[in-house]
Amino acid sequence: MTQKVKMIIFHPEKCKGHLDCERACSRIHFKDDTGGDHSAIKIIKENGTYKMANCNQCGLCIDMCPVQAIKRLPNGIVVLNKDTCIGCQSCVAFCPDHVMRRAEGQVVPFKCISCGACVRACPEGALELIDVELSGIERTVYHTQGVCE
Amino acid sequence: MTECFNEDKNARLIGRSDGPFETNNTKHTWDLEKLRSGHRVLMEYEYEMRPIDRGYAGRFLRVDLSSGSVEEVPLTDDIKKKFTGGKGFGLKQIWDMVGPDTRWNDPENVLALNSGPMNGTTQYSGMGKCLSTTISPSTNVICDSNAGGYFAPYMKFAGFDSLAITGKADEDVIIFIDGIEGKIRIETAPFEETNSHLLAEQLTHLYATEDTDEARQKVTVVSAGKGSENSYWGVLNISFFDPRRKVARLKQHGRGGLGTVLRDKKVKAVVARIKGFTGMENNPADIDKIARTGIKHHTQIRDLDKSQCNMRTVGTGNLVEIMDAYDLLPTENYRFGGFPKASKIFSTEFYKLFTQVIPDGCWYGCTMACAKTVDGLLLRTGPYKGQRVTVDGPEYETIAGGSNMSLWDPYWILEFNFYCDTYGLDTISAATTIAFIMEMYEYGILNKERCDGLEFSFGNADAIMQFLHRIADGDQGEFIKVGARGARRIKDWLIEKDWGDHQLIEDCGMEVKGLEYSEYVSKESLAQQGGFALASKGPQHDEAWLIFMDMVNDQIPTFKDKAEALHYFPIWRTWFGLTGLCKLPWNDTTPITNPETDEPAKVPEHVQNYVDIMSGVTGWDIKGSDLFDQSERVYNFQRSMNVWMGKGRRMDDIPPYRSMGPVTEVEYVSRKDRYDEQLKDKLGLSEEVIGKMSIPERILLIKEFRYDQYHKLADAVYCRRGWTPNGVPTPEKMKELGFIDETEMLETLQKAIDSDDEKGLNVWGGKYTEGEDTPSEKQRYWE
Repeated sequence: MTQKVKMIIFHPEKCKGHLDCERACSRIHFKDDTGGDHSAIKIIKENGTYKMANCNQCGLCIDMCPVQAIKRLPNGIVVLNKDTCIGCQSCVAFCPDHVMRRAEGQVVPFKCISCGACVRACPEGALELIDVELSGIERTVYHTQGVCE
Repeated sequence: MTECFNEDKNARLIGRSDGPFETNNTKHTWDLEKLRSGHRVLMEYEYEMRPIDRGYAGRFLRVDLSSGSVEEVPLTDDIKKKFTGGKGFGLKQIWDMVGPDTRWNDPENVLALNSGPMNGTTQYSGMGKCLSTTISPSTNVICDSNAGGYFAPYMKFAGFDSLAITGKADEDVIIFIDGIEGKIRIETAPFEETNSHLLAEQLTHLYATEDTDEARQKVTVVSAGKGSENSYWGVLNISFFDPRRKVARLKQHGRGGLGTVLRDKKVKAVVARIKGFTGMENNPADIDKIARTGIKHHTQIRDLDKSQCNMRTVGTGNLVEIMDAYDLLPTENYRFGGFPKASKIFSTEFYKLFTQVIPDGCWYGCTMACAKTVDGLLLRTGPYKGQRVTVDGPEYETIAGGSNMSLWDPYWILEFNFYCDTYGLDTISAATTIAFIMEMYEYGILNKERCDGLEFSFGNADAIMQFLHRIADGDQGEFIKVGARGARRIKDWLIEKDWGDHQLIEDCGMEVKGLEYSEYVSKESLAQQGGFALASKGPQHDEAWLIFMDMVNDQIPTFKDKAEALHYFPIWRTWFGLTGLCKLPWNDTTPITNPETDEPAKVPEHVQNYVDIMSGVTGWDIKGSDLFDQSERVYNFQRSMNVWMGKGRRMDDIPPYRSMGPVTEVEYVSRKDRYDEQLKDKLGLSEEVIGKMSIPERILLIKEFRYDQYHKLADAVYCRRGWTPNGVPTPEKMKELGFIDETEMLETLQKAIDSDDEKGLNVWGGKYTEGEDTPSEKQRYWE
């Protein structure tokens, strides 16, 4: 049986750049409305259109964590345990999409947990929570590395 | 031996690194209650728990085992300013507590384990190093050695920047620093193992507050082993519990016999424990600055390491193939710089054995992650024969120690590595000494009878392993006892017995100041010859690892460049030992724009990173040159202590000829074109004249030329450092560095200079022809 995992996808053609998604995400992670650096999801305006930067639950960060603070839950979502984290930023720097976030003044990072708050907050329906095959997205740090390539 | 011991690959990763991982190691069950029942508390001391103040705990801890007393010494601003931390603190503690005649096994000798202000930071790679200092049995001057593992940060977070152990206990004890309860205890420990791989595991379980991996990660153990008790090569193993492998892994303070001193003091282990850890314990002044710098550097490692040093995948072993290609890989006691069989021990071979997909930093947050392991290694000899174990490493120097002994089988190198570690023996000193023994064996100066029955032909793994086991067993054979004290003592012994040509013995035994050489062939690198022989503690590469810069990257081509490099780099590299840092993240990955900078060898962007982190931790307003100043103070203080202890002159900085050129005909002939060419180019001899000379005649001419070059280099370096022509730091220099109140030190130096004057030693060592520049016009340029 293949495992599925929930992941946020973006429909740029529908986005109007309200950033309600970011504010909704801030409420989840920081209990505030600031968005921006307090949001795991980021909407970036580029060449007259919009791009989303957000975690796709690939799980590469799991291998990077020296204290096993990052785990994949049985539902496939990758989560970070703030109590175990020692703030080393390895996961932040090694994330291929730069979507493991750090807020100013903090060393414990945060990330998208596919909760869907952003999807619900978007008035345009530009975000969607879908099920994808885990095997299609999973990544590990070393598998693409070898010796003396 | 063709059997492949790990071919079942059971020790490789099963699934993902958050999933189950099986090392396939032999499992031990310990009767912890029984171990605990042997612990009698000899002394307990309560101290006040305080938060760290911007990187400093603010006090030293002194434990006197003879009197069973403990003292807290406040860290003053003056000490911070003059010594910064780490090695500086260690030197200061020793300076305060020993005399110039104190020897390694006197109770007064201090074993100091030191942290530094940036030590324990998790946001940047390589910030967990412990820097330890003591009077070394090998050299009888200060030796400093650094290692990863959790001890230095945990000691600091428990409340102390530096621990000085003095005196001797009557029976085996453990020194326990309890950062949870705020207590120091000295406890007897009769039932625990002595060898480190077992002792570290026992004590990690014994001192963890509960039976969980999380609790075990909060405990760290410093230990030596049975070998340390009977050898001058004793190492300190520092443990770090790996939650994935569930192994108390070990990093080594390898050089200079620190473990020998630990066991001489009858300390079985030093244990530190902390309550929790968040990565913010240093209470830094500006965490955002640190985190931003860290992320930038981690990202560089992510993007570039693979195409640069490949440290994340194979560790420092990546150097083996490079050193072999450049004729720098020590082979058969440094006679040769490579070998056709070398490909058998290239990093590609060890890669097949290393466990991957696990973060391998020896401190949290190091993404350079060079601390590779082989898990589930089946041992073939010794007391643990038939058991499967985790081997930390091997690092480059251990692999190259293998080639130096002509050991071309990765499994034997791993076995050697494992037993050296658990017995508490330095792989470098052991390999360099054994390689020397093997060469003497080949010449018949040593033989089976003289070696207590061991057949030390090059490559004989069985003899090598038996030697280690017999050292650990406390074998009283004359050879075993002398051999375990290293190359200098073997030279003295061979010369005393008059078993061979004295000059040959002196030339081939690779030691300076009594410490064995690290594993690089420096024959063609004048800069590295100086890097080894001028190093304060003896010929270890960490002080001046210039060989790559000189021979591979060709960054210091002229004589002046080399002298300048020998001023700058030893001092700069010292800085890492002051702050509690590892050097590798400085230049084992470099920014892509680095070659376009003014001084690529210094990696300016990374120096700026260190400025940012140091100011981020301490809140100091500093610039790059301030880091250099911090280091120059300590560097000169250490040399001055050498002078004070009677080993800080030119005569103590003379390399054995094997490190400088071909000692034997076979070496000359193996690189005949190179040496003949040099006779032509450097000495102006015609081909005809060279052709008429015998090989020994050619060797002599080259030897004379090279020693003169070396002395000229030493002249230039001493002068550049502000030292006399005989290598003594001048009082003027020391005052300039801020040592105004250290009258005893200043007087010692002046006395040394006056005494050198009387003996006519304050003169340049090189033979300068008319018109050739000496390092300064005035001989007494400092006045």
